[in-house]
Amino acid sequence: MMRSTSSLFQSLATTWKVGLFLAIRDIKRSNIWTTVLIIFIMMLTFLNLIVVRGILVGLVEGSNKAYRERYIGDLILETPRLKQYIEQSPFVISIVEGMPELRAYSARYLTGGVLEAGYREKIKASDSTESVNVIATGIDPAHENQTTHLERYVVAGSYLDPNDIDGVLVGASLLFNYTPVDTPSQRTLKGADIGSKVRLTIGKNVREVTIRGVIKTKVDAVDLRVFMPQQVLRSMLDRSDYSVGEISIVLSDPSLDRVLKPYLLANGVGQYAKVSTFDEGVPRFVKDLIVTFDVLSNIIGSIGLAVAAITIFIVIFVNAITRRKYIGILKGIGVTGSSIQCSYIIQALFYAFVGIALGTCIVFLFLKPYFAANPINFPFGDGILVADAPDVFVRAVVLFIATAIAGYIPARIVVRQNTLDAILGR
Amino acid sequence: MLEAQRITKDFKSGEHTLRVLKEISFRVESGQFVSIIGRSGSGKSTLLYQLSLLDRPTSGSIVIDGKAMEGLNSEERTQVRLFELGYIFQDYALVPTLSAIENVMVPLLMQGKDNALAVQSATDALTRVGLSDKLSNLPSQLSGGQQQRVSIARAIAHKPKIIFADEPTANLDSESSEMIIDVFKKLNQEGQTIVMVTHEMEYAEKTHRIIRLSDGVIISDEMNKKGKLSNTKTA
Repeated sequence: MMRSTSSLFQSLATTWKVGLFLAIRDIKRSNIWTTVLIIFIMMLTFLNLIVVRGILVGLVEGSNKAYRERYIGDLILETPRLKQYIEQSPFVISIVEGMPELRAYSARYLTGGVLEAGYREKIKASDSTESVNVIATGIDPAHENQTTHLERYVVAGSYLDPNDIDGVLVGASLLFNYTPVDTPSQRTLKGADIGSKVRLTIGKNVREVTIRGVIKTKVDAVDLRVFMPQQVLRSMLDRSDYSVGEISIVLSDPSLDRVLKPYLLANGVGQYAKVSTFDEGVPRFVKDLIVTFDVLSNIIGSIGLAVAAITIFIVIFVNAITRRKYIGILKGIGVTGSSIQCSYIIQALFYAFVGIALGTCIVFLFLKPYFAANPINFPFGDGILVADAPDVFVRAVVLFIATAIAGYIPARIVVRQNTLDAILGR
Repeated sequence: MLEAQRITKDFKSGEHTLRVLKEISFRVESGQFVSIIGRSGSGKSTLLYQLSLLDRPTSGSIVIDGKAMEGLNSEERTQVRLFELGYIFQDYALVPTLSAIENVMVPLLMQGKDNALAVQSATDALTRVGLSDKLSNLPSQLSGGQQQRVSIARAIAHKPKIIFADEPTANLDSESSEMIIDVFKKLNQEGQTIVMVTHEMEYAEKTHRIIRLSDGVIISDEMNKKGKLSNTKTA
């Protein structure tokens, strides 16, 4: 038994040694342009596997990131169902302010309202004015900026001055000049821009304000809002309490959200507010988007893998079939079919390895930094390229295995042909 | 050493069966240099393929060193070809991506020899055929005669019991052909058994024994008095 195992090992070693010997010479002395072309194809195939999926995932990731950084934060406290606001808000805020790992928070007063433009040009009562439904949001501009960096997303005009009681920030999705869409489901104000006087109606209270700035965060929940200093909104609400509608919390370590949610609940916050981590608080459509794009990327990835396997199959098959005579000669002089098959598998793996290595360099040294610096401008987020090393490694291994199989099959087909027929070319 | 026992080979073409070899029997002793001659279509190359285990006869038996070959599977026949036999093809049959020395090394490596030993044996073999200065040349950088000598070096490097040569001079000019036959003669003088198929009487006459084939049967099997070769043990 020992002897037969040793003999089998020796036979395997010889098979691979001869396979490697033949493969190295084949690669070294084959046409350089053919080799370059095959490697180029393998590189594109690998990039197809990584980049297409990476952009799809990156698109969702970009949207996710936008929701986290520009709206929800790491934890969000919201008005419970059937309530109009977070009761005992000062108590809740005091708990938030005392929580560990707090980096910033923003308590927002929320209420529904109507924003009108063009009412000054109205001559007769029957003349229509432009109006849109909005969520009026009262904020502490400094706190909000620390939490969501809202000032970064001012695309026109300026950010809110806490002492400017007549100025508002308007979401880009409310103004036609910034979102050229006007449908029954999404109305925009055509005549309003920076400096325009607009009328905000909240319940029975009406106030004329000036648009100081326009924000575009690519997060609908933000871009459909009108922001103003919290004291301005409070003055328009028919109540005298300090009850806010939502509180976004940013932690110094985002991964602690699952730890700090129980902390808030344990301190009684759950009695007055719905406490959610980012993952729980992210809107349903973003979650659906993640699932859909994941399925899409897997489908595209599978197709890419199949294309890669077929490509290498064709390359090796053409290579083997054009050398059928020499394969016959090698078999004729005593080289085993296994050695010849090994030689083709090694060649296929070489092409795959170099293609993958070049592809990996392009992904990490060029594409990823490029997309990070120049994200693709999608309507609901900034598309980056998501390509994590473990994921790239897994895909490289899968491509490697597919290549080995795709290299083995055609070599086996050709090697199995009759030796004499191969030598004589019949 | 080598024995053909009632070898028959049929080729089927549709419903027709063509019998190319008809119960051929003969025996080659160790150290003989045998030529098989005949006109085109006489079956001489087909006979060589059966003798050299590149093909399987329809019936009959090939016996090498007392061992019948018909019972061996493909893998065992490959092993016999690798260790016991050497081949020289009409068109040299060198692998174009391998240099002269690498072409010769392949069967040695396949035998399990380590790289250094394979290089040494291949160098020795190429030196014996006068190509010690062409070791690194690719086949495309060699003349026809030189390529055929590489082919001979490949056939002899692993010291086979029998060398089979299929029309080794067919693609060569007369000067190169003479050189190849001289190499064969020298190898035979050193004790190498050689079976050569040729249609050129001029070269057949330089061998010990001439087997004439016509329509798949041996029409004559004679010792060659002009051959002037040594080492023949039995006719």
